Amino acid sequence: MRFFARVEVQLRPGIADPEGATIERALPALGFDGVDHVRAGRSFSFEVDAADEGAARSKATELADRLLANPVIEESRLELELLGG
Amino acid sequence: MGVAARIGVVVFPGTNCEHDVVQAVERLGGRGELLWHGDTELGAVDAVVLPGGFAHGDYLRPGALARFSPIMDAVTRFARQGGAVVGICNGFQVLTEAGLLPGALQKNGRLRFLCQPTGLRVTSTASVLTGLAEVGQELVIPINHFSGSYTCDAETLRALRDGDRIVLRYTDNPNGSVDDIAGIANEAGNVVGLMPHPERASHALLGSEDGLVLLRSLLSAAAAPAAA
Repeated sequence: MRFFARVEVQLRPGIADPEGATIERALPALGFDGVDHVRAGRSFSFEVDAADEGAARSKATELADRLLANPVIEESRLELELLGG
Repeated sequence: MGVAARIGVVVFPGTNCEHDVVQAVERLGGRGELLWHGDTELGAVDAVVLPGGFAHGDYLRPGALARFSPIMDAVTRFARQGGAVVGICNGFQVLTEAGLLPGALQKNGRLRFLCQPTGLRVTSTASVLTGLAEVGQELVIPINHFSGSYTCDAETLRALRDGDRIVLRYTDNPNGSVDDIAGIANEAGNVVGLMPHPERASHALLGSEDGLVLLRSLLSAAAAPAAA
């Protein structure tokens, strides 16, 4: 089975996020009022071959934790979708 | 020191401070040897330096891909056996990503790339890089980085403080590092990472020779392996 995976990586809550803070500071000048708690992050996508959804999830989670995110300061969120065929 | 200490200087694709380190080491009577990141053995070196630059283009995160370079298994073994390993700037980032040092280096506060002489204070001599320095000694050594803001959780910070492992602190914190940390050591003191570049403060012509005491400490530790 083949799955589409999307991994979102963000700094953990409580870790200073200078990018998010800079974006947030720019918002009033652009006319966006009432927007706050901006956090910057990155998104990765890839496709995984695996026997079933559980196996795909564990492979993608390991990849996210070992490489895409630095668990010391970042956390990741995984979305999986079965590809048709 | 009878025989010249051999300092292996690891070159990743994108490393750019290796020759500066070799030159500074040789000025002090050591021998610098370039080691390619794709090799799996260190050869007969007495210490290892991971120099500054942009290993693997700093893609993903600084150090994130370098950590998987073949030579890193040999560097890790060498470190576990008590060998002296020093990561400078990008090399510090590689050591944290590889788990040889705790914590992480984040983008500088205020998102500025910083390239400037920086005041430092030696705060521990229990490491291969500060053994010949004195606690309280002030040094001016350049920094040159975008991701140099040291960060770690409260428990790690406590362990670093209690273990006398914060070896260098900024006198005027330029990048937002936790507790003004500019350099740390592992528990045994044989693995050290620092953001400032001692090799760029190794000759009066460069504006400062304050890096020499650190490099001399490394050569001295390399000449007496694992004795610390």
